[in-house]
Amino acid sequence: MSDLLKLSGVHTHIGRYHILQGIDLAVAQGQVTMLLGRNGAGKTTTLRTIMGLWQASSGEISLASERIESRATPDIARRGVGYVPESMAVFSDLTVKENLVLAARDGPLDDTQLEWIFGFFPALRRFWLSRAGSLSGGQKQMLSIARAIIEPRKLLLIDEPTKGLAPAIIVALIECLKEIKRKGATILLVEQNFFAARELGDKVLVMDNGTIVHRGEMAALAADVPLQERLLGLSLEAHQ
Amino acid sequence: MTELAATDPLPKPKRDIAPILLPIALALVTIPLIGSPSTWLTLTAASLAMGMMIFIMASGLTLVFGLMDVLNFGHGAFIAVGAYVATLVLAPFAASMQADSLWMNLAVLAPAALLSMAVSGALGLIVERVLILPVYGQHLKQILMTTGGLIVAEQTMYALWGPQIIPVPLPTSLRGSFIFGDVAIAKYRVLAMLIGLAVFVAIQLVLNRTKLGLLIRAGVENREMVEALGYRIRRLFLGVFMTGSALAGLGGVMWALYREQVHASMSDELTVLIFVVVIIGGLGSIGGCFIGAILVAMVANYGGFLVPKLALVSNILLMVAILMWRPRGLYAVTSR
Repeated sequence: MSDLLKLSGVHTHIGRYHILQGIDLAVAQGQVTMLLGRNGAGKTTTLRTIMGLWQASSGEISLASERIESRATPDIARRGVGYVPESMAVFSDLTVKENLVLAARDGPLDDTQLEWIFGFFPALRRFWLSRAGSLSGGQKQMLSIARAIIEPRKLLLIDEPTKGLAPAIIVALIECLKEIKRKGATILLVEQNFFAARELGDKVLVMDNGTIVHRGEMAALAADVPLQERLLGLSLEAHQ
Repeated sequence: MTELAATDPLPKPKRDIAPILLPIALALVTIPLIGSPSTWLTLTAASLAMGMMIFIMASGLTLVFGLMDVLNFGHGAFIAVGAYVATLVLAPFAASMQADSLWMNLAVLAPAALLSMAVSGALGLIVERVLILPVYGQHLKQILMTTGGLIVAEQTMYALWGPQIIPVPLPTSLRGSFIFGDVAIAKYRVLAMLIGLAVFVAIQLVLNRTKLGLLIRAGVENREMVEALGYRIRRLFLGVFMTGSALAGLGGVMWALYREQVHASMSDELTVLIFVVVIIGGLGSIGGCFIGAILVAMVANYGGFLVPKLALVSNILLMVAILMWRPRGLYAVTSR
């Protein structure tokens, strides 16, 4: 399977701090690659660097064999990268509809795609004309993901989608991400929730101190508790 | 998937009308203090007209503030430039301005206002590219650059037009007042109110009914996410900056006609008022800016009538009071 995204020797500085210290990773086409690690390991910085929100100070980032590390964020987005930040970042002052209209960029909303999304997230249909700021945390997360998939994207960068959500919502969200995966999406997913990571991940990358310290199959890591404890400080079960 | 289906209706978003009621309450409270209903009506009309002119000048600045977090202390230069450019059209056509025909007066006034907006907008393009672009995200440098730009602009105007005050007489048809009983409301103030309202409605329509408006509103709230959706917000910002500059130019023409004079330092008295309006309205909020402008004008007019000595500090006191009530302004749009 070919690699859609490749990072080679990527360093990122934020002010005086050297956050990413030579990241090498690859995300295979059509697979879900989990990015795990302790808090402060550099997971969010990795996603933001790929997205161009923070500029890599050195190294190469390639999307479908095209170098993107010097591109501006809008150019990277227009090359087919969808981004769901940890903060969800829905536009609170805009309605659900307006949030999605903006995400659809160049054309009107695609009714088929919209119906598909409503299948997962019926709340979005119900609150179509409500201000996004008045949605619950789970509903905001649905909107944030819907915004990323309202148009076909080559690659989805999703940062801790289950964070702070009720267990019932998490189960539904995982089902949605599974369906997106079944449709052939390529996803780089930062996640702390073990259940979600095990259910969704094909490959896994573990970060520590701004470097990748482990790469392999998600199923293998899920089955190896001592390895989990060595890499993450505690077993994945304990992350739930 | 049923867990995701919202079973409980959303709490209906409360319409925040307290800021809208504020100028109404202020106007009502001053009725017994002022005593004479005709004086009160005259002062209220003066407040609304002044408020509309301040709103036109401040509306662009609040979007620039909210959208790109840029502190443009040179905004006043666009006001003065707009006023001076208008004199280039008004002076040669003084005869048409003094003709007793509304249409002849407007035939000169409208092109003067449009030219002022075009020149101020073009100046905005240069200022954004030359002064602001290198200092995005650096507030201290923005203050230094834009203040420096304001000084250069003022001195250039002194060099071009001289230090003297240039009279800008009102056109004949806009002189005088509409008389209702013993209440007199100046015709020009009515025109200022109408133009201010038209600008407010136009901005609201653009912001709420167009995709461009959606982008501006989204950008004010979270410009990073707008970029992550694939929009080049710098271009959007340049457009907003130029529009804001053009509106400041329009405000300059209106203020010059209101005061019937132009001078290079005319923006000095207005800059403080404009910043007070932008801050109390809430950075990036057009609705807040509109209400803030009316409040500032009311406090200046009512305050100046009731307690003249307080007039010098009345707007600062108003700002302190509003910020104690709502620390991020009347309508907080950004988290800044």
